[in-house]
Amino acid sequence: MSGKEYRTITDVKGPLVFLNKTEPVAFGEIVTIRLSDGSIKNGQVLDTSDDLVIVQVFEGTAKINRESGVTFMGDVFKLPVSTELVGRILDGAGRPRDGGPAIVAEENADIIGAAINPYSRQSPHDFIQTGISAIDCCTTLVRGQKLPIFSASGLPHNDIALQIARQAKLKGSDEEFIVVFCAMGITAEEYNFFRSDLERTGALENAVLFVNLADDPAVERIITPRLALTAAEYLAFEKDYHVLVIYTDMTNYCDALRQIGAAREEVPGRRGYPGYMYTDLAMLYERAGIVKGKKGSITQFPILTMPGDDITHPIPDLSGYITEGQIVISRELHQQGIYPPINVLPSLSRLMGSCIGEKTTREDHKSVSDQMYAAYAQGRELRGLVAIVGEDALNERDKQLLDFSGIFEDKFLRQTRDEDRSIDETLDLCWNLMSSIDTKYLVRFDQKWIEKYHPDNK
Amino acid sequence: MSNEGVIYRISGPVVTATGMNAAMYDVVRVGHEGLMGEVIELHGDKAVIQVYEDTSGIRPGEPVLNTEETLSVSLGPGLLTQIYDGIQRPLATLEEVMGVFITRGVDADAFDLEKKWTFEAVVGKGDELASGQVIGHVQETETIVHKIMVPPGKSGKVKSIKSGDFNVTQTVCTLDDGTELQMMQKWPVRSPRPYRQKYAPDTPLVTGMRILDFLFPLAKGGAAGIPGPFGSGKTVTQQSLAKYSDAQLVVYIGCGERGNEMTEVLDEFPHLIDPNTGKPLMNRTVMIANTSNMPVAAREASVYTGITIAEYFRDMGYDVALMADSTSRWAEAMREISSRLEEMPGEEGYPAYLSSRIAEFYERAGRVETLNGDDGSVTVIGAVSPPGGDISEPVSQGTLRIVKVFWGLDAGLARQRHFPAINWLNSYSLYPQSLDQWFRDNIAQDFPEIRTQVSGLLQIESELQEIVQLVGSDALPVDQQLTLEVARMIREFFLQQNGFHEVDAYCDINLQYKMAKAILSFQESAKSAMASGAQLNDVVNVQSRTDLMRGRFEKGYIDDIDDMVKKMTAEIAGTVEGN
Repeated sequence: MSGKEYRTITDVKGPLVFLNKTEPVAFGEIVTIRLSDGSIKNGQVLDTSDDLVIVQVFEGTAKINRESGVTFMGDVFKLPVSTELVGRILDGAGRPRDGGPAIVAEENADIIGAAINPYSRQSPHDFIQTGISAIDCCTTLVRGQKLPIFSASGLPHNDIALQIARQAKLKGSDEEFIVVFCAMGITAEEYNFFRSDLERTGALENAVLFVNLADDPAVERIITPRLALTAAEYLAFEKDYHVLVIYTDMTNYCDALRQIGAAREEVPGRRGYPGYMYTDLAMLYERAGIVKGKKGSITQFPILTMPGDDITHPIPDLSGYITEGQIVISRELHQQGIYPPINVLPSLSRLMGSCIGEKTTREDHKSVSDQMYAAYAQGRELRGLVAIVGEDALNERDKQLLDFSGIFEDKFLRQTRDEDRSIDETLDLCWNLMSSIDTKYLVRFDQKWIEKYHPDNK
Repeated sequence: MSNEGVIYRISGPVVTATGMNAAMYDVVRVGHEGLMGEVIELHGDKAVIQVYEDTSGIRPGEPVLNTEETLSVSLGPGLLTQIYDGIQRPLATLEEVMGVFITRGVDADAFDLEKKWTFEAVVGKGDELASGQVIGHVQETETIVHKIMVPPGKSGKVKSIKSGDFNVTQTVCTLDDGTELQMMQKWPVRSPRPYRQKYAPDTPLVTGMRILDFLFPLAKGGAAGIPGPFGSGKTVTQQSLAKYSDAQLVVYIGCGERGNEMTEVLDEFPHLIDPNTGKPLMNRTVMIANTSNMPVAAREASVYTGITIAEYFRDMGYDVALMADSTSRWAEAMREISSRLEEMPGEEGYPAYLSSRIAEFYERAGRVETLNGDDGSVTVIGAVSPPGGDISEPVSQGTLRIVKVFWGLDAGLARQRHFPAINWLNSYSLYPQSLDQWFRDNIAQDFPEIRTQVSGLLQIESELQEIVQLVGSDALPVDQQLTLEVARMIREFFLQQNGFHEVDAYCDINLQYKMAKAILSFQESAKSAMASGAQLNDVVNVQSRTDLMRGRFEKGYIDDIDDMVKKMTAEIAGTVEGN
């Protein structure tokens, strides 16, 4: 469309600008707003009609007045993509932040991203070994999965995400991941932590960073993850890379979404978040996976901090309904000094079944994982009972299970930040730890596994 | 007024057009790209349209064309084994046309209109035909005969009819009044297909899942709700039902759910064998996949598309089971569109008509006498995803008010890896009374009594557990300790079932009965042994009981179980002499 500039702003409210008397403007069209001092702000059309156009301004509406000039760019938001992106640091709107040159586009990709036809997807089935026992054994990660970390403030989710990024590999292959890192409203300190770790390990050369920090415009956060995923899709499906997308913190993203909803006077859903938040989140999370006929893949690690450690809060709740499982970080374990403080009980990997077993990990993996889980769950439950009646009131079975829960946390969960356990090491460790329980209580096992793997039979 | 208008406003999936002669629920084509939409509100000259595709880049002033038809599905041979999106576009065709990403503005026939099917007429010249009457057969898949019916509302005397190879749009039968009948018919998705009358259900839908068939049976033609928080196994349960239930046809709707999960189903089903017929499961399945990131308006339509297809097969006299996973996503689609329309919201932002829409949907389930006098049924099983697992929210409540079977999934059980994580204390089925006769006649005379005993034990256990929580199990008298042990056996041996294990995933209903009996025999023999002085510990730890419990993972268990129980009884009796 023409570069015609309108000076028809009627209202400015929060991040929104309302204007009237325009030519037909497309839904989703990109807008620039020129202020009286000559500076430029960017935005996007949220609602369009013959009479009224609503524009969402990414950089905040400070200094916009009725004299500001609005130009419609004739196109929807696009990100210039090319393999040059790898190794670059961009800001939350996709502009270089590392002082480097602008990205020379091989193509301009629509950032909204089209849905992958479910018929064209390929089921993820490649086991990713993270070297973290709790994840590899109990909530196994699969290439092409979206597995969020449900954490809370003050917990070491960033260390865990970084450890995964460092250690993740396919079993028996040294193929590496390209990391696409997307920061939404995190502090400069957290960002520096990520950046310096990536730098230290040399991973930065194989990473693309999109950074919107806490003091950057909140509304910009709406597009930051879309940019990151657009870059990821390009690298995965056009350039055959295996991409690991880490985005943090989804809670800030959802809060920005709520801010816009409130400014539009939409009917709010639970806790003031918009009713369409499920669909909106799905449009991010679902951009993970593997597609038939393409070599690359996108694996997602969104990190979110649960407000008040509440897993029923709308953000973790809706996320959990979309993602293929979750890794839950526990404050209790953290306070006991256990790293990684992963609470395996509410954690889950939905795709685990497709990637474990004889051909990929080991034949006894499923049974081991089930039995570890069950024994730990029962042991944990008994702790509450012991607090009331004392250990003496327990029968033999319960005593063993109770002891096991402590061993589980101390020996199985606990590992150092650079400890990279292979899946065989992890499963052997499980058998060793479970030998503290009498085999007759290990009812989840097929007899043949006990005969083959139990330390007593070796 | 013409039937072409122009766009006035665009707000996400909701578009307003003016200057068009529109009626409610007319299907329209929006913009230069001809995106499919449906009129959902009229304000004077303005028609509000929900658009089934992404609206980015569309401008006011673009044309809107009214097709003057309501949203309909195509029904005829070729439906089975198909995988559709929410508005009955085959995903395979979409892949051919658009590649792996779903773009927009593409129209696709629901099935191959050119393919020739062998039509075998079952009526002759001069026969008087009524609405819904079967005029011929087509062997659509190995297991399913597709019956070609006179569309509802049409009737008359046959002027000519011919058997042979035809495609679905060719005329196979002409009536005296000149009406031409083809193998394909259309039906508007939002109107239930007609039938003569509804019957009370009297046959269970056997699912092969012990906790469902044995404790909380669902009738063919019934409706069940499965609410549960994320990670509690709704989808796995739904998929197990789609795989193993003894319905003749299955319509599976993936409504607003995960793409990878849908893919898993699509990958898995063609390789699975139907335990009831021994033929590939896909032969009896129609799938609808509208994942969470596909357009929200098409998600709203997907459940109607699915149930209309289900009703069509019901009209042929089949027992059809429909799984909708998840109805909460459907409700959310309604909420999203309602909020774009700026309607006054009811509870939690959902539209005020939410509960009536849910009720209307489930009411399309039922066992009916079809227009041609046959007996057919549609069983609806809807998953519900309550936020935070709290079922006091509107979608769960709206569902519970209408369904007769409630399978409540429980996060706590899932956490203990007790699957299926169906809570036996708060789940219920209102069908046992009407189904007990079937169980007595087909499985065992005392089936209902055994069920009562089993559920009674679970009830007692939950009461005893409260005491155990306070004083520990050792403080209980031995007979109560035995009850706890028996209840644990019910839970771990009977209720738990491994949906991924090749043997355990499907449990024959006769075997279910034997397993329940085996538990009660254990209780019986343990009681009498202990009365003669045996120690609880010895009784509980007999090897033959462990063997009995592990045996369920072996093939041929149904033949061996009686011997295993005998062995166990003998060994338990032996513990008395051991003292």
